Amino acid sequence: MATLKELVLRESPITGGHRACAGCGFPQIIRIVLMAAKDPVVVIAATGCLEVTTTIYPYSAWNVPFLHNAFENAAATASGVEAAYEALLRKGKLKGKINVVAFGGDGGTYDIGFQSLSGAMERGHNLLYVCYNNEGYMNTGVQRSGATPRGASTTTEPAGKVRQGKVRPRKDLTAIMAAHDLPYVAQASVGYYMDLLKKAEKAFSIEGPKFLNVLQPCRLGWPYKPELTFELGRLAVQTAIWPLYEVENGKWKLTMKPREKKPITEFMKHQDRFRHLFRPGNEELLADLQTEVDRNWQTLLEKCLPAGQAGGEGGSK
Amino acid sequence: MPTAAKTGNEAMAEAMRQINPDVVAAYPITPATEIVMIFASFVADGLVDTEYIPVESEHSAMSACVGASAAGARVMTGTSSQGLALMYEILPIASALRLPIIMSDVNRALSGPINIHCDHSDTMAARDFGWIQIFSENAQEAYDNLIQAVRIAEHPKVKLPTMVTTDGFIISHCLEKIEILEDAQAKQFVGERKAEVSLLDVEHPVTLGALDLPDYYFEHKLQVAEAMRQASQHILEIAKEFEQQTGRKYDLIENYKLDDAEIAIVALGSTAGTTKAVVDELRSKGVKAGLLKIRVFRPFPAEALAKALANVAAVAVLDRADSYSAQGGPVYTEISSALYGKTKAPKLINYVYGLGGRDVTIDDIRGVFSDLQKIDKMPTFNYFGVRE
Ligand SMILES: Cc1ncc(C[n+]2csc(CCOP(=O)(O)OP(=O)(O)O)c2C)c(N)n1
Ligand code: SF4
Ligand SMILES: [Mg+2]
Repeated sequence: MATLKELVLRESPITGGHRACAGCGFPQIIRIVLMAAKDPVVVIAATGCLEVTTTIYPYSAWNVPFLHNAFENAAATASGVEAAYEALLRKGKLKGKINVVAFGGDGGTYDIGFQSLSGAMERGHNLLYVCYNNEGYMNTGVQRSGATPRGASTTTEPAGKVRQGKVRPRKDLTAIMAAHDLPYVAQASVGYYMDLLKKAEKAFSIEGPKFLNVLQPCRLGWPYKPELTFELGRLAVQTAIWPLYEVENGKWKLTMKPREKKPITEFMKHQDRFRHLFRPGNEELLADLQTEVDRNWQTLLEKCLPAGQAGGEGGSK
Repeated sequence: MPTAAKTGNEAMAEAMRQINPDVVAAYPITPATEIVMIFASFVADGLVDTEYIPVESEHSAMSACVGASAAGARVMTGTSSQGLALMYEILPIASALRLPIIMSDVNRALSGPINIHCDHSDTMAARDFGWIQIFSENAQEAYDNLIQAVRIAEHPKVKLPTMVTTDGFIISHCLEKIEILEDAQAKQFVGERKAEVSLLDVEHPVTLGALDLPDYYFEHKLQVAEAMRQASQHILEIAKEFEQQTGRKYDLIENYKLDDAEIAIVALGSTAGTTKAVVDELRSKGVKAGLLKIRVFRPFPAEALAKALANVAAVAVLDRADSYSAQGGPVYTEISSALYGKTKAPKLINYVYGLGGRDVTIDDIRGVFSDLQKIDKMPTFNYFGVRE
């Protein structure tokens, strides 16, 4: 694995000066994932914050080839790019290895782009799909998505006098992608960048369809203090709200086991989207959410290799 | 030149085999399914070197085509009706990115109610997306048009996606004797795609599909409009070159016994064939009837049309789609605007006909010509072949 020292010497795939909010989590995802590639990359992105903030014509923050098509079709578009690469390589019109990487927000991945993703992965294209998951449609003003956690307030499922934000839990897309029997599926989080780097490096070393689901704190949609981006990415993991694991050829493995599993409120208390849950009367709902996280954590532990074989926190600092 | 018995679908698949595109992404839908099926068998038998993407939907087919074309590949697809409708969102993206994607489009009625037979509602609804649209009268034209479409779409002054249409079942499933180019001749005619920019040129990274705000969007759209304006002359040049190879002559429109015609029909696709038979019959009886067939609907050949119709007294425009504007079908509207302000122009009436595969008979066309002989008594907007 590349060390931090090596990493800082590599050319960044994106420049500064893009228009993402101060403290936004996804520029780091772009950097870490793409800098993990030994060979050149081409990027395909879905409509969403990542795309609009980095490519306002006539400016572009991208130092690598970049294509945006529409909202729900990053995976299908990437499959076309990959097919073109294979065809042109075979016909001798191109030389050398190129990695095809698609980025989609949770809306473009869990919801409207789900079919496109599932189809591309099932067809087995040699590409890496990265969901930068900020748990809502942030670009269009914080609407709920299939990735929004239960209890979170969004503009289309807000907390009100009788409703306490999102009613249903989010869907477990990482597990759904693992059920596609892909060679590599992993969950990562913005605060644990060496873990993300390791996963991206592994993904690039494997032929076939790969999927990374990276939790990304969003300043606008989660409202929190800008300096807390990394902290929140870490707390999501330490509370087991967003466990770090990978599924390689059907084998599930935790890549970080929190030394001490923190209560979910440690993660939630910093964010305005959960503020209503701390009001009197919502104690039961909060307890319920904790039970849900505990249950999911237990299920995941049962799927994973024995703890001794897991990475342990040491590898993920 | 070799001849073969081919249905419209087989003729288009054969053209695709000879074109040997880098990438094909397609999804099955009646009556276009066979094109995909036959092409998949070419892939399975190693007759083409194409990367074939059996996508999970037409939306993904067009999305993959955009990706592959942006990556510099020669790309083809095929679809119909609901499939085309599922692609609508991506069609103007393909033209805005100036991607020369080539599509065989088998005209079929849009749902609802669901129906699998021919009309032009699917293709007409796609007329304003910056795609070149070419209609075919029979399997021979379908083959010829598809071969030429590669050159048209990829012409450096055009760079616009292009769809070649046939009429569902009437052409797609009807067996005809057609002439086919030798493989080598076809290969030479279509040549290789030379993309000016490619996503896979990692030495020269480009950003494609950027967010275009009010300060640039308009200029970029203007370029598509300008390319469409330029396209006509290049379509004609390519047709000339094709004629030199095959002896088969193509234009933007086809005038059939129109020079001295007093009454005429304007039609697209297979109905033009039916109309020619009636024109011949009327001519033998001394009636000066004619036909104007529109081959290229986008760009719309307004000047050529106005000129060709200038000396005709009465013209019926046949629309195999309604636009529900309460002002006639789309072809009628285009032709009336093409004739607007011209000092010499025919009287025009409109017929919407043949929706959902309603049969178009010789008698129907005879009826239209007899209406034209009393055009002063006719309402502007008419139907034929429908129970009212
Ligand atoms: C077909 C379609 N529907 C809706 C939209 C509007 N839209 C653009 S981005 C977006 C939300 C994006 O959410 P997500 O994928 O989570 O990315 P984020 O903005 O959060 O980064 C929506 C609803 C669109 N562009 N296209
Ligand atoms: S709204 Fe959220 S995801 Fe979008 S740029 Fe701002 S912090 Fe990043
Ligand atoms: Mg989002």
